[in-house]
Amino acid sequence: MTTGTEQVVEAEIETAEAGKNESFDGAIADTDKNESTTEHHHGPAKGISRWFFTTNHKDIGSMYLWFSLTMFMVGGCMALMIRTELFQPGLQFIQPDFFNQMTTMHGLIMVFGAVMPAFVGLANWMIPMMVGAPDMALPRLNNWSFWILPFAFSIMLMTLFMEGGGPNFGWTFYAPLSTTFAPPSVTYFIFAVHMMGISSIMGAINVIVTILNMRAPGMNMMKLPLFVWTWLITAFLLILVMPVLAGVVTMMLMDIHFGTSFFSAAGGGDPVLFQHIFWFFGHPEVYIMILPAFGIVSEIIPTFARKKLFGYSSMVYATSSIAFLSFIVWAHHMFTVGLPLAGELFFMFATMLIAVPTGVKVFNWVATMFRGSMTFETPMLFALAFVVLFSIGGFSGLMLAIAPADFQYHDTYFVVAHFHYVLVPGSIFSIMAATYYWLPKWTGNYYNEKMGKIHFWLSFIGINITFFPMHFVGLAGMPRRVPDYALQFADFNAVATVGAFLFGFSQLLFIYNVVCCIRKKNQASKQVWEGAHGLEWTLPSPAPYHSFTKPPKVD
Amino acid sequence: MTMKLLNSAKNILSFSQLKLVMLLLFAIPSAHADWQLNMREGVTEISRTIYSLHMTIFWICVVIAAVVFGIMLYSVIYHRKSRGAKVQNFHENVYVEIAWTVIPMVILIGMAAPATGTLKKMYDQSDSEIHIQVTGYQWKWRYQYLEQDVDFFSSLATPLAQINNQEPKTENYLLEVDNPLVLPIGKKVRFLITSNDVIHSWWVPDFAVKKDAIPGFINESWAIPAEIGIYRGQCAELCGKDHGFMPIVVEVKSQVDYEAWLAGQKLAQIEKAKSAEKRWTLDELMVTGKEVYTKSCAACHQASGEGIPGVFPALKGSSIVQGDPAAHISIVLSGKSGTAMQAFRDQLSAVELAAVITYERNAWGDALGDIISPSQIAKMKQ
Repeated sequence: MTTGTEQVVEAEIETAEAGKNESFDGAIADTDKNESTTEHHHGPAKGISRWFFTTNHKDIGSMYLWFSLTMFMVGGCMALMIRTELFQPGLQFIQPDFFNQMTTMHGLIMVFGAVMPAFVGLANWMIPMMVGAPDMALPRLNNWSFWILPFAFSIMLMTLFMEGGGPNFGWTFYAPLSTTFAPPSVTYFIFAVHMMGISSIMGAINVIVTILNMRAPGMNMMKLPLFVWTWLITAFLLILVMPVLAGVVTMMLMDIHFGTSFFSAAGGGDPVLFQHIFWFFGHPEVYIMILPAFGIVSEIIPTFARKKLFGYSSMVYATSSIAFLSFIVWAHHMFTVGLPLAGELFFMFATMLIAVPTGVKVFNWVATMFRGSMTFETPMLFALAFVVLFSIGGFSGLMLAIAPADFQYHDTYFVVAHFHYVLVPGSIFSIMAATYYWLPKWTGNYYNEKMGKIHFWLSFIGINITFFPMHFVGLAGMPRRVPDYALQFADFNAVATVGAFLFGFSQLLFIYNVVCCIRKKNQASKQVWEGAHGLEWTLPSPAPYHSFTKPPKVD
Repeated sequence: MTMKLLNSAKNILSFSQLKLVMLLLFAIPSAHADWQLNMREGVTEISRTIYSLHMTIFWICVVIAAVVFGIMLYSVIYHRKSRGAKVQNFHENVYVEIAWTVIPMVILIGMAAPATGTLKKMYDQSDSEIHIQVTGYQWKWRYQYLEQDVDFFSSLATPLAQINNQEPKTENYLLEVDNPLVLPIGKKVRFLITSNDVIHSWWVPDFAVKKDAIPGFINESWAIPAEIGIYRGQCAELCGKDHGFMPIVVEVKSQVDYEAWLAGQKLAQIEKAKSAEKRWTLDELMVTGKEVYTKSCAACHQASGEGIPGVFPALKGSSIVQGDPAAHISIVLSGKSGTAMQAFRDQLSAVELAAVITYERNAWGDALGDIISPSQIAKMKQ
């Protein structure tokens, strides 16, 4: 505890000292050594090299967000291919092996290429502005952690065109299907995962260092905006679990190429070991994809309810306990592998326990709205949909936690419905909410509110038509990851496909709106939203290239 | 407002037209489809207990959802700025916060108790009367009755033409097999579940039995089927290309019928052994060989023998197929470990093996004229 306080004090002294010098030369000098360091209010470099060599948190944040959007569209096209094949029973459109490649790639791209980079992009843009810093603490590392990603994903997507095709063993890549039984391209997949892991770890280090050291004077930990808090916790999760992922893919590599038998029973290994290691990474990973979303929603709801967030400190504690619990529930993904009874019980109880802090968060959001003075701009609509639909995903999660019932739910479309409810209207909606919420601050222009609302309603209707019927086919007995299905599942699958196309194509509206917002001048005010609070709203719109060159005062 | 909308809707579409559109929308996929919404109750005591657990937790969730979303909806309607709602600035209340931490805890404990009881029952393997080893293969199941000398493979019976939409799909499309697992009613059957290659998962929803089939491990599960009937399930764990095409069919019969079936199985095995001694012509072998090839080999090596480049090797023009018959027989008998090429030694009879190897050596224009006889196989099997 003492070290924590000392760190905070130290950080405060540091920022205060930096304040005396009236600039953060240390952080800025990196961006442009050729220019005189006395000139602080310079803009970005010109031309393409701006993007290659930039160390600016806003440039890097934008690149992360555009990258994420690109991957979202790529992964989305794969989802539409899957849904097209599943529109009717029988094989019409793609063959089973390619279908498996699509489900695998769709999952990997959406998790590692769309959701995670989007949150890192938001962190890059917002954390320095929210804590009153000029930039991220480690700007060169920041550049590198972004630029690894396009290469990692190029390698991964390249595998689709290799002989034998791309990874076809599901995004969870269970051994031995992903080792000795895998197509040769699995080695490229392993390499790509390593690169993504390096990128994530560096991004996480940067976030932690920035938050702990670069807060404006007076901003103690319990004054941090919740988005910053949730990202701080997320960053710790990333640092703790990404090496585990790296470990497991390295073990796969050894099994494939160097004659080891970590996961091969024939050589004395253990295929279940793979699942334990994978889910020890995988479960915290799903919280990595939702905790920043909690933070975003906790920023947006108070703004549009014009009321302070209910239970700030309980939100911080709830997030921390969710993060802690995420490390002791991994085997609830493995209730059917033949765990001993004691194991089943422990993981069932621990999993059910997560409902408590998650419930606290939802209750806090609802209490924030209660007796507020609400308006319903696009970010608020997405945030409200988040609360409702994420809760539905939470409820199905609670059902899945009941181990005996899980024997019926496991590996069916009920699970698919569950995790899409927490990921699409959960993570993805929060990212869209955040984009609409902060877009005027980023670009200096208001987006088209009417178009935003239409985008929201189409997305909302689309995803419910897509994913709600999946609960039904799952309970009725349709396994996941099948390219074809029995006739009794046909109707709901057809409905889901229609919904998927509606959701998919309505995203074009989002892209159009964002592009228009960047191009057209519809000058946004400094405050942007009437009820907004926080340091980012004290900066002009668009925010200056170096955010806070003088540390702001926080009461 | 609503009336106006309805009226305009009427102008665009008359009700009967609307009905037609709806019918068209939902009738397209198939005539057999239904709109089953919920889990099946199943036919064992455990499956019924699980069903009631499922319904209990479902209704608990519905009630919590109604309360939480109700309050939220109330706020959305009444506490909006456009209605002139004034902000009440409260942002903390220790009692409320304790309450909504403790109440969910109590509900959870209430839910955990029956779940624990059920789980304990599911883990109680004692007093099993029949033991069946279930082995997953890419992409079929093998059933070995450990007390009896009965051992057979069970694979998809739906013809490829139905899957490829060349023939109309029949009622049990993708849920039918050539040799179903047969069980007697009312006996405690213990399943010992394992795998030959990758991880599969043996799932019969009506028994609430789902256990992963893991190479190198033997998992246990059990059921006491309480009703005569046919129960259908599927592999639940992604196991490669044809994961969606390895169903499970269980026929529960009366004790008498079950015993008759057992006797029939044993008789069939004797006949199989006899047919190996017969002299087979090339044409006969080619006919049988094509059948066996379609069932056991075509999934990977393809009907054309061309395989899938980079995943499954081609047989057409392969050096093994064109080379020494002994090497060809050996790889079919023993497989290639760490790949989808399984050992067919126990899966196919000597006749079937001889036929399929003969077929492979003569189909696709290789026409070596080789005849592999069942007796040759029988010799190499030893």
